Amino acid sequence: MLQGVGLKKYFSAARGFAIGRPRGVIKALDGVSVQVAEGETLGIVGESGSGKTTLAKLFLLLERPTAGSLLFDGKATDTFDRADLARYRRAVQAVFQDPYSSLNPRMRVEHIVSEPLPRDDGMSRAAVRERVAEVLQLVGLRRDSAALYPHEFSGGQRQRIAIARALVTYPKFIVLDEPVSALDVSIRAQILNLLKELQERLGLAYIMISHDLAAARYLATRLAVMYAGRLVETGECDAVYTEPFHPYTQALLSAALPLHPSARRQRIVLTGEVPNPMNPPAGCRFHPRCPRVMPECATREPEFKEVKPGRVTACHLY
Amino acid sequence: MKNLAVGESPPLLVVEDLQTHFFTRRGVTKAVDGVSFTLRAGETLALVGESGSGKSVTCLSLVRLVPEPAGRIVGGRILLDGEDLLDKSAAEMRRIRGKQIAMVLQDPMTSLNPALTIGTQVSEVVRLHQGLRGPSLRERVLEALSRLRIPGADSRLRHYQHQLSGGMRQRVSSAIAMSCAPRLLIADEPTTSLDVTIQAQYLDLLKEVQAASGVAVILVTHDFGIVAANADRVAVMYAGRIVEIGTTLDVFNHPAHPYTRALLRCLPDVELKHARLVEIGGQPPDLTRLPPGCPFAPRCPERQPRCDTEYPPAVSVKNGHVAHCWVAVGAEAPPR
Repeated sequence: MLQGVGLKKYFSAARGFAIGRPRGVIKALDGVSVQVAEGETLGIVGESGSGKTTLAKLFLLLERPTAGSLLFDGKATDTFDRADLARYRRAVQAVFQDPYSSLNPRMRVEHIVSEPLPRDDGMSRAAVRERVAEVLQLVGLRRDSAALYPHEFSGGQRQRIAIARALVTYPKFIVLDEPVSALDVSIRAQILNLLKELQERLGLAYIMISHDLAAARYLATRLAVMYAGRLVETGECDAVYTEPFHPYTQALLSAALPLHPSARRQRIVLTGEVPNPMNPPAGCRFHPRCPRVMPECATREPEFKEVKPGRVTACHLY
Repeated sequence: MKNLAVGESPPLLVVEDLQTHFFTRRGVTKAVDGVSFTLRAGETLALVGESGSGKSVTCLSLVRLVPEPAGRIVGGRILLDGEDLLDKSAAEMRRIRGKQIAMVLQDPMTSLNPALTIGTQVSEVVRLHQGLRGPSLRERVLEALSRLRIPGADSRLRHYQHQLSGGMRQRVSSAIAMSCAPRLLIADEPTTSLDVTIQAQYLDLLKEVQAASGVAVILVTHDFGIVAANADRVAVMYAGRIVEIGTTLDVFNHPAHPYTRALLRCLPDVELKHARLVEIGGQPPDLTRLPPGCPFAPRCPERQPRCDTEYPPAVSVKNGHVAHCWVAVGAEAPPR
């Protein structure tokens, strides 16, 4: 079980080359609690600036939270010793968006895929080679692809290499950061199917960050919707898609275009833009754009309420 | 949504057998290889396809901005109001670009100049094409910005692109494009860099501007959801050719080409929970080594022996709905 409790991540905007730029604190993530159980897929959706990538970085220990903690099987990651840390890094792996920039062009596939394997656990070279061939086969590549360089593969095949690299340490959790956004449409289905198959075969849990609502619906079992550094709604994936509670979720889902020309449904077109993360609005962060805004939304921040069993949202309407 | 009166006017744009090739050390890349279509005033045609299918090169060819010397338009005709753009001199083309044909590109971050104010960039176009100066120029610029619903246009004039949000930048570059009342607007993936809620705002606005001005739009995209919601007609491209073209309803309801059918089946739909997606096997082809027959044949589930040797002719499925396929579904008469 991977659990984030009250996670906050603030970045200082004062440092660096910032002439004339306002000084302040960017609240990229401002109090987010989520959990991922083994074998499930948590889809995290939201627009740019909602904090989904920051959340992914915290899960990967690439950033330290400003406040809050990350628990792995009940133990806080900031209390980890070296052995815990090594165990965590093997258990939580990642696949990134762009397989053209996430694979080092100077390394052979064997080197790329074996890189997450710890250097010091006494695996022989033959055993490493065998493990690499095994995961390559698992993702639908030939075992002998190991000797080639990334440029010899197409975009879809490169993403398979990235998935193989994530699988090599027998992980339990994989953070998928926009795993198909950079791929051609005819290739997306191949990768989405592969991810689903691997999950069923290996019992993996995914944390899928996506702005592609259709792809998220395909893979996710639970959904978390983020807005301006906060969670606004969570719940079982299909339930959220068929009956979204939070006005932002409603607007976000209604803006996703269905694949059929006659399916012109009622769209909620939002006015305005995502708020400035340095100076988020008081009360509910969505209230300046919300079509169902009420006076108290501007002053009091909504708390999470369980509207239906398993369905939680932060909105004064409920 | 379909206006029948529009269908009776003569076409604004006729593209016939357009061929744009790139001559590289690796060989000749046939980026666009025999593309034909027509477009009427007020109509939106979506060009949809994967990367390398030739959508963007088709658009660049229409404004004669194919990167030379590697790229050359080697054949075909591009008739705008009956006049062939391929016969125009460079100076004549400069007067057509921006005035008759305008473009909106994918990333306004790179299509707008970071060193010039918004006001300077919008007025440049109006000044060059309409010869306006002073207060009347300023008035036209403000009008162009407010038509794209840019709030506080007056103060925006002094802003630079980095002071605007992504959605606002794309509105500014659209305001530039629409400022001289073009006949044809080419929008090349205009919403790819925008968030979904901002994309919805932008596409609605574009529709509104189009209805008010009667401009014809070529909308390049790889997103079938955008096509379904915005285009009157759609042309599906694969390996430098249009493999199927027809009204959006016809193509989505009765896709005739196996590629279109496979694409529509393999995409996850936000409205449905799929058990498993139907995959298209293989990879898009290498454009320098295209097979002699149909380029989709190696990936096609309905491949016939002749698909490997002969490129299929245009087959009419229904009035205005055409597919290039030996086994097109619903063809009135199978090709010989």
